[in-house]
Amino acid sequence: MTLAEAVLGAAFVGLVAYALFGGADFGGGVWDLLAGGTERGRRVRDRVERSIGPVWEANHVWLIFVLVVLWTGFPRAFAAAVTTLYVPLTLAAFGIIARGAAFAYRKSVDTPGMRRFFGAAFALSSLLTPFFLGAVVGGAASGRVHRDVGGGDVVGSWVNPTSALGGTLAVLACAYLAAVFLCGDARRDGEDDLAEAFRRRALLTAAATGAVGLAGIAVLHADAPLLFTGLTGRGLPVVLLSAVAGSVALVLLWTRRYTAARIASAVAVSAILVGWAVGQYPYVLLPELTVEQAAAGRPTLLALLVALCAGALVLGPALTYLYVLFQRPATARERSGV
Amino acid sequence: MAGLEFVLAEGAGNLLPARTQMALSLGWHIVFACFGIAFPAIVVFTEWRGHRRGDEALTRLAHTWAKAMGVLFAAGAVSGTLLSFEMGILWPGLMARFGEVFGFPFVLEGFAFFVEAIFVGVYLFGWNRLSPRAHMLSALPMVVAGIAGAFFVVSANAWMNNPTGFRLDERGDVVDARPWAAMFGPSTWPQFVHMWLAAFMVTGFLVASVYAIGMLRGRRDRYHRLGLLVPLTVAAIAAPVQVGVGDWIANTVADNQPAKLAAMEAQYETTAGAGLSFGGIYRDDALHYALEIPYGLSLLIHHDPSGVVPGLAEVPADQRPPVNVVHLSYNAMVGLGTGLLLLALWFGLVWWRRRRLPRTDWFLRAVAVSGVAAVVAMEAGWVTTEVGRQPWIVYGLLRTADAVSPAPGLGWGLVAVLAVYTVLTVFTVIVLRRLARGRDTRAPQELEEAR
Repeated sequence: MTLAEAVLGAAFVGLVAYALFGGADFGGGVWDLLAGGTERGRRVRDRVERSIGPVWEANHVWLIFVLVVLWTGFPRAFAAAVTTLYVPLTLAAFGIIARGAAFAYRKSVDTPGMRRFFGAAFALSSLLTPFFLGAVVGGAASGRVHRDVGGGDVVGSWVNPTSALGGTLAVLACAYLAAVFLCGDARRDGEDDLAEAFRRRALLTAAATGAVGLAGIAVLHADAPLLFTGLTGRGLPVVLLSAVAGSVALVLLWTRRYTAARIASAVAVSAILVGWAVGQYPYVLLPELTVEQAAAGRPTLLALLVALCAGALVLGPALTYLYVLFQRPATARERSGV
Repeated sequence: MAGLEFVLAEGAGNLLPARTQMALSLGWHIVFACFGIAFPAIVVFTEWRGHRRGDEALTRLAHTWAKAMGVLFAAGAVSGTLLSFEMGILWPGLMARFGEVFGFPFVLEGFAFFVEAIFVGVYLFGWNRLSPRAHMLSALPMVVAGIAGAFFVVSANAWMNNPTGFRLDERGDVVDARPWAAMFGPSTWPQFVHMWLAAFMVTGFLVASVYAIGMLRGRRDRYHRLGLLVPLTVAAIAAPVQVGVGDWIANTVADNQPAKLAAMEAQYETTAGAGLSFGGIYRDDALHYALEIPYGLSLLIHHDPSGVVPGLAEVPADQRPPVNVVHLSYNAMVGLGTGLLLLALWFGLVWWRRRRLPRTDWFLRAVAVSGVAAVVAMEAGWVTTEVGRQPWIVYGLLRTADAVSPAPGLGWGLVAVLAVYTVLTVFTVIVLRRLARGRDTRAPQELEEAR
């Protein structure tokens, strides 16, 4: 593995982490959106809020991490991609602003009108943001980013079949992950009826994701032949792994083994992304810019790698601590509110 | 490289909207970034004192401030996310050409921000999940990461002022990038310390001003007095130190960016024994209607009344920054900073002699406006350094006009950002006012209890 591949790999790991953790976070907002009227949806909303409250900010730093590693390690490809795809990226950024602000502000207001307004802003942007981010991935994966700044089509790069597919799959995957994660959270806190409700949602979205994924094969065949070739060629084992993991997750959900279902679901979603990367290798920007051509100079890559390793040493324990702390059942002291 | 610059030059019509959008996004974010840097330390100090002394008022203050911190940190995090998009969306010429040199501190900042976000979650939601001791300890990574993050971001900006840590080949392409060296150019330390102190001043004066307003409205209990005292003490310690740092940074600018210094002083001719000018209008290569302190500038820069200060005449006309904006915002920063220093001295003197706050309402009124004054001073400082660097985005190497994105429709992005930030500002103010007014809202930690 070359230095450039290691750095790109690290950025890719960040992207997968963002898809899993940030994705589940977005999905929580989607379930908030679909929870129904104020009274009927109260318990679902409350569950979502408690689950993502302590972790949402950390979950979203993964995106920033991916951006900064890319712009330092692969500056030209980064500049070309973001200037071409600036419209969906800006809309996604607005979604992130609306979502984060509304979520944090909702806790601090007490009038029902304001709470409902912030709740709606949070829920709606939870749906739109992953859609736009998925559209960005679709645009880049279908080779619509020209290698030179200003060379790409700022509309066609994200208004196209592959981007629509990417956006839809992103939203569905987020909703699915959230439902699976929330099953476990709900059961841990003794809310068995909620766990059942999320289990139903997880099974439904799994079916929908699978159906869209199958239909997507035809879309990619027609719209993104290079990506199609990659996914059905070198990427095929990984794509199959995703399908197998997805099926296993369904069985585990069916039999209510939620912790194992989380792992299988995470593998299924990660494998889709890995399949894309494997299929596209060695190109960063299809059809012609390779990893080595796009990479920054050796000293920068080396510094990046050192920083990434050192950072991982800090980040790993800190993230583990955060998740373990809030995955623990609430203590008696907390429940009694002392 | 030439091809890239040709394409980018076509985006010159995007220059003004892109600069305005960047200024707006940065100007908004920086206020909340100040709280990210300074507030955790103030809050956990208050929590610690409250815990040690069993002081109910201090503990309640820490609780209220933690709630506000949740709101402020969220606002800072989301506005910072937009900035990380904009760096590439608006300035591809900067990122494409120099990303490998100065992108690196942003990676480190990414880690710092990660740590901060993790421990903000732990701190805000861990009040009842952790022992008091563990809870206070959980704030320490947040404090350290806030400071480290500020250092990394400021070092990237300092690099734009004084680019170091690489070589250019004959085509103008970067070779031998040394990202570690690039982080430690001549401007990095003075700029960082200046910003770090500014963060404490902005946070301290703003929080104190909330309680000063409460006291002016008659709520003069111990809770309000302490709410004013703790943050004001922090700001009052930072203010006089900032004067010294201001001198340091002015000298750094004089050494490395003479055009910026000349614009700050609206000085056209290179002069020995130059005066320090306040206010006025710069027109036709001269400053009119200004107040002048004789020999002031030479004293300031060289600590010698007859020192020679280079003027704008030394710089070709197409490399001069817009003088009036730079000069007046610099004056605004210095003027407001001086006012804040006097307030700090007044407070310090009375506290030292009498162990109490000054009794007059004028003191409370001064504290009440000090928060806004500190914010304006800081924004004026950023305008000074950013506009003062123009027409360069990387001083002496890359013009801002050559770095801007050529993408069509970029102006609409500005309109959208303007709309989004207007709405965001309105709601942020509403939410913070509610937090300041009532104690009836539920804190995040109380949401957990409510189960």
